[in-house]
Parts: sequence; C-alpha cells; structure tokens
Amino acid sequence: MKKVLLIILLIAIYQVVNSLFPNNYLPSIFQIFEAFLKNLSDREIYLHITASLLRISIGFLIASIAGISFGLILAYDQRLRDLKLYIELLRPIPPIAWIPIAIIIFGLGNASAYFIVFLGAFFPIFTNTYFGAMSIPHIYKNVVSSFEVSKFKYFFKILLFFSLPYIFTGLKTGIGMAWMSVIAAELIGAQSGLGYFIQLNRLLLQTDNIIIGMILIGIIGNLLQKLIEFVGEKIIVWN
Amino acid sequence: MINIKNISFTYPASNHIKERPVLTGINFSIKDGEFVSMLGRSGCGKTTLANILAGYLVVHTGKILINNVEAKKPGKNRIVVNQENDLFPWMTVWENMKLVNNNERDINKYLKLVGLEDYKQYFPNHLSGGMKKRLSLARALVVNPDFLILDEPFDSLDYRMREMLHIELDRIFSSTKKTTLLVTHDIDEAIFLSDRIIILGGTPTSIVGQFNIDFPHPRKSGIRNTKKFIQYRNRIRSSYGYKY
Repeated sequence: MKKVLLIILLIAIYQVVNSLFPNNYLPSIFQIFEAFLKNLSDREIYLHITASLLRISIGFLIASIAGISFGLILAYDQRLRDLKLYIELLRPIPPIAWIPIAIIIFGLGNASAYFIVFLGAFFPIFTNTYFGAMSIPHIYKNVVSSFEVSKFKYFFKILLFFSLPYIFTGLKTGIGMAWMSVIAAELIGAQSGLGYFIQLNRLLLQTDNIIIGMILIGIIGNLLQKLIEFVGEKIIVWN
Repeated sequence: MINIKNISFTYPASNHIKERPVLTGINFSIKDGEFVSMLGRSGCGKTTLANILAGYLVVHTGKILINNVEAKKPGKNRIVVNQENDLFPWMTVWENMKLVNNNERDINKYLKLVGLEDYKQYFPNHLSGGMKKRLSLARALVVNPDFLILDEPFDSLDYRMREMLHIELDRIFSSTKKTTLLVTHDIDEAIFLSDRIIILGGTPTSIVGQFNIDFPHPRKSGIRNTKKFIQYRNRIRSSYGYKY
C-alpha cells in the first residue's frame, strides 16, 4: 500500500512539474497513459521486451556460470589465485566502454549484446562468489580435515553451499548490471529490444514512447531482481 | 593408548607482537577407554593444546602417539568436538552425519544414542544449543575415532543445560568406552565426567598436578553434593595456587 502511494506521489510530482513548466517535449501524464494503452495493444512492444529478455537471459546465464565457477575455483585453489589480477584489471572498465570493440569484433547484433551483458554481470557475480568462498570459517576447514572429507565433497557440498548467500547477492547485483548493459548495447548496436525502442522513438520525437520504454526498463529490471531474490529464498532454506 | 610426549609450543612473533611461549614440556598418557579432563584457567593454552592434539597446529618439539603410531596430520583417528558450533547449517542432521560416514545403520545407531533419531530432517539452526552439541558428538562418534577431544563443548550453554548434558555424556561414554580428553576450565564438570584430571598452570603452561576421580560410572547428578566431590573440588582449587 505504501509503495502504491509513493508511486502515485511520483506521478503527481511529474504532472505538477509538467504543468508548471509547460513545454513541447515532455508529454503530460495523460498523454503517457494514452500511449501506454496504445502500446499494450500493439504486438511490437512485446517483441522488443522479448528481444531484450532473451539477450539478458543468455548473457546472464553465461556470466553466472563463469562468475560462480571462477570465483569458487580461485578461492579453492591458492595456486590459481594470481589469475585474479586479470579480473582486477578488467573490472573497472564499464560495460559501455566495451561496446565499440564488441561491435567491431561481433558486429551489430545479438552476439555483441550477449558479450556486453556478460561483462556487466560477470564481475559482481565473480567478486561476491570469490570473497564469499574466501570467508569460509577456519572451523569448517578443520572439520573437513579431521573427518578426511574428499576434495570433491568439500568443493560441492561445503564451499559451494557456504558461498550461496554471497553468490545470490552477486546474482542480484549482476542482473541489475546486466539489464543496464543490455539496454545500453541496444541503444547503440541493435535492431530490436527496449533500448532500440527508445532510440527509434527519439528519432521519431515520440517522447511519450521514450518514457514508456524507460518505465518498462525500470519495472522489468526490478522484477528481474525480485526473481533472483525469490529463487535465492527457495534455495537457501536453512536460514 | 594415547601418549603425549614432551610437547612445547611457542606462537611466533608477528608485526609488533613478540613471540610467546604457551606450552612447555607437556607429557601425559591416556589409557584405552579412559576419560581424562585437562583443567586450566581461561587463556592458559588449553585450546592450543587441543589444536595440537587434533593436528591443526604443528609442533616443533614433542610428538603424539596413538596406539604407538605417531599422529601428525588431522584425521579420523582423533576427532574434536569444538567449543564453537561446527555443524554445517545447510545440511540436515542426517546429511551432517552422512557427510562423514555413509553407513546408515551406524548413523541411526548414534543418532539414537544421543536422542536425535526423530530430528533427522531438521537443519542445525532449528535445534537447541544442547541438541547441536549432541549432534556434534554423534558425528564424532560415528567415525569411530581412537581418541575423542572435547574442547570446552558446553561453554556456550546455560548451567541447567550443561548439567543435563553432563549426565547424558557420562551415559554415552559409559556405554561406548571411548578414549576421551575433555578440555575445560569448569572444575565441577571435570570432576563429574572424568576418571582422571590433569591440571595445567604456570607461564608457559605445564602440567602442575593430576587427580584420579574415584566415582563409578554412570554417575548421577546427586554426586555433586557428596562430601567426596566437595573434597575433590577443594583439592583441585588449592592446586591452582589461588583462592576463590
């Protein structure tokens, strides 16, 4: 209820500001609502949403597998830990900065978007997994050595499960980053998706549609994070 | 038979902290099936000694012999029940047991022994403090170690729970006859459970006294009020060298 009231307040503020400073560029809330209903009955917006979701699904899946695996392996094996240097060097580069090189290598299309989504999601997932796994209490290691638990069991039954809360924190941050990255990639180098939808409507000066695109990005991004939270709660039942 | 021979240990210097000798010339043995307590004040190096016996800390002088074989690395021949909760919270009671022994008959046997047979599907976080300790004990017993080390296992529990667990522990050890070393600072706990008590003292810590405790097993709570128990308590207190 509180959330609904806050959203209504935000809409009211927009409308008040829009009324106080009338201009030709920003549509009124009623115009946005009208355009929203029109888009809902149009197949095109669903195709753009699906295209963005497909890109984020593939890029995020690859980033999750890679981030979790590397995070756990580097935390498990001290000999490989120096490889973290590469990740530390690449991590500060924002995914958007990779877009030109991605287009040169992969061309305009899905492959570039997967790559950008991967870069956006990989680093938070890796970092949270790695530092989570590194924080495993010494007492668990002592139990493992005393009971002569096999390396396989240690990795998959202890280290992985201990790290799960950290992994899900990484996944939650990662999906947010991935969503932002896919939109950025579509703004520049795609022919479909919500980013492309916004870009197209900018060229057509359809500001109501631009705002609808932005609202959808916000809602879907939020839902994706809630989905990760939900899956995390279903898996981490012991807490 | 457990033989601890001439163990000394010094924590090395680090940053601005000077090296610190903790243990010196620790010699004792434990007969098969004997329950021995090692009693010492907080901070005297009891847990350091427990970690050495478990193989978690490496000593430069002295050695540990289990049935005449030198024990170096940690292993199933000697298991520690820790002061801290060392159960895996994401595993159920059954899975915690199954991790260390696949024999379901043994798991059932020891869960029944500690009274947790009806809690197999529970996660440790859903058990009371006393139940967690009993599970740690069952997990230790299910691998049938030659030597069990209990490192202040009841320290985090309230007085009533401790007394109940003392009686349970005594019952379990009376039936399993497992060779055990209890590390504790609680004199009553040591007297109630042990066949023999080793007193640690001095700086660096060494053995300053030993007492045989002559009560038959299994023991009842009432022995705490007997004259003999009080005499043991007073003798041990005076051997510490300070007044209560």
